[in-house]
Amino acid sequence: MRGNPDAHELVAPGSLPAVLAMLAASPGEWTPIAGGTELMVAHAAGKLEARKLVSLWGLPGLRFIETSPESIVIGAGTTFRDLRADSTIAAEFSLLARAASWIGSVANQSRATLGGNLVNGSPAADSSPALLVYDAELELISVRGRRRIAYAKFHTGYKRNVLAADELLFAVHLPRRFALHQQYLRKVGTRRAMAISKVALAATASMEVGVVSEIRLAAASLAPFPARLHQTEAALLGHALNPETINTARHTLLAEAQPIDDIRSTAEYRRRVAVNLLDELLLQLQPERRSQ
Amino acid sequence: MNAGRSFIEMTINGEKRTVQAPPMKRLLDVLREDLHLTGTKEGCGEGECGSCSVRMNGELVNSCLVPVLQAEGASIQTVEGLASNGKLHPLQQAFLDCGGAQCGICTPGMLMAATQLLAHNPHPSMAEIREGLAGNLCRCTGFIRIFESVIAAAAQDVEQQAQETPHAR
Ligand SMILES: Cc1cc2nc3c(=O)[nH]c(=O)nc-3n(C[C@H](O)[C@H](O)[C@H](O)COP(=O)(O)OP(=O)(O)OC[C@H]3O[C@@H](n4cnc5c(N)ncnc54)[C@H](O)[C@@H]3O)c2cc1C
Ligand code: FES
Ligand code: FES
Repeated sequence: MRGNPDAHELVAPGSLPAVLAMLAASPGEWTPIAGGTELMVAHAAGKLEARKLVSLWGLPGLRFIETSPESIVIGAGTTFRDLRADSTIAAEFSLLARAASWIGSVANQSRATLGGNLVNGSPAADSSPALLVYDAELELISVRGRRRIAYAKFHTGYKRNVLAADELLFAVHLPRRFALHQQYLRKVGTRRAMAISKVALAATASMEVGVVSEIRLAAASLAPFPARLHQTEAALLGHALNPETINTARHTLLAEAQPIDDIRSTAEYRRRVAVNLLDELLLQLQPERRSQ
Repeated sequence: MNAGRSFIEMTINGEKRTVQAPPMKRLLDVLREDLHLTGTKEGCGEGECGSCSVRMNGELVNSCLVPVLQAEGASIQTVEGLASNGKLHPLQQAFLDCGGAQCGICTPGMLMAATQLLAHNPHPSMAEIREGLAGNLCRCTGFIRIFESVIAAAAQDVEQQAQETPHAR
C-alpha cells in the first residue's frame, strides 16, 4: 500500500546545529532523512514507520570532502556522485570510488549519501567492505560533542549500530596510507547495472618476498552486517602464498562466513562465491611490495 | 494525523513557482498534480525505473524519491523545459528521427538522463551512454535505438544547447 504524505511530518531546520538541538530536545522522536533513497522507498511501500522526519539534505556542514596530508575526511551528507568526482579518492581509495559507482544509477548516486548507506547498515551495503579494509574511522556528533570510533566497531547487529538517539553520523575519516597497498574489490550480483550484491569481497594487502606482510579482508552479505574477516586474515598473515596456505585460508573463510538465505541468494551459493573471490584475490596478489 | 501543508518555492523550468503541499509529498506528485506538468511519468515509484527522472540543481534525480520539502529553493528542469521557442531540443528531435520512443512512457526520463549526460560529457562513448542511462528502463525499444538517438544528438554538438539550458552546471 502506498504511503500517505499527510501521515508524516518533515522539517528542514537548515543547519547542523539546529538539527542537533532538535534531536537533543526529544531524543528518539525525530528520524533523520538524507538523500531518502532508503526511506522514500519504504514510504512508497507504506512501510515508513517514522512519523517525524528531519532533513539533512543539503546541509553544508555535512556535505564536504577535506583532504590533509594524513587523511581524507568525508562528510556523512556527501553523495556517491561527489565521491566519484574526487581525485584523491580516485587515486588512493579506488575501491571506494568503484563501490560508489555501483550504488544504483546516476540518479540514485546523485541523492544517495555515504552516511545513509552506513547508518542504514544493510549487510550488502556497497561502501562498507571498502571502508573496512581502509581502516576507516567514523566521527559521530551530538550537542554533547563529537566522538570517534573505528568503523569496524560501528555495526552491532542486523541494522543496529552504536549511534545514540541524539547523535548523527558526522564524517568518515580515511588514513592516507594505502596508496601503495595491493587492493581488491569485487561484487557479485545479478546484473552489472544497479543490482544489490549477493556477495562482495574487499582487500588491502602488502607482500614481501612472497609472504603476506599485511592483509585486511572484508565482505558484504557474509554476516548480518558488513564485517572484517579476521580469522581468514590470520590464516594468511605471515604466510607464504603456497597451495597449503591458500587451502587453509579457503577453509577458514568457509567456517568464518555466516551468510543467510534471502530473496537475492542462498547461504550455500554465497559461501561458494566468497571462496571463489578469495581465490581470485590470492591469484592476483603480486609477490613483492609495490614501490613508488 | 495531518502533518499540515507548507508553502514551497521552486524554480521550475526557469519560472518561480510556489506550491502548498505536505512536505513529504513526492516531488513527482507535486509536478503532476499541483503543477500539471504531466510529462514526468511514474513507473515503479521506488527508484528502479527512471521514468520520473528530472534534473534538480543540475543533477539527475528520481522525483518519486524526493520529498518536496527537499526541493525547496531548488531549480528543477522537467521534460517540459527541454523544447524552447516551439523548437524541439536536439535530443527530442533525435529520439523522433531514430525511433528512440515507442509507447513513450520511458521517454521523458530517458531525455532527462541523456540531457544530464550530455551536459557533462558532450561526446560520450557507448559505454558512457549505457552507464548514463542505466537507471532508465524501457520495455519497448530494446534500448539500441535510444542509444543511437543519443549518439545522433551528440553528433550535432549539443554542447552549446546544454550550456544554454538554465540548469546545466
Ligand atoms: C534503485 C536503488 C538502487 C540502489 N542500489 C544500491 C546498491 O547497489 N548498493 C547499495 O549499497 N545501496 C543501494 N541502494 C540503497 C541506497 O541508495 C543507499 O543505501 C544510500 O546510500 C542511502 O543513503 P540516503 O542518503 O539516500 O539514505 P536515507 O534514506 O536518507 O537514510 C537511510 C538511513 O540512514 C539514516 N541517516 C542518514 N544520514 C544519517 C546521518 N548523517 N546520521 C544518522 N543517520 C543518518 C536515516 O535515518 C535512515 O535510517 C539503492 C537504492 C535504490 C533506490
Ligand atoms: S517511478 Fe521513480 S524511478 Fe520508477
Ligand atoms: S518506449 Fe515504451 S517503455 Fe520505452
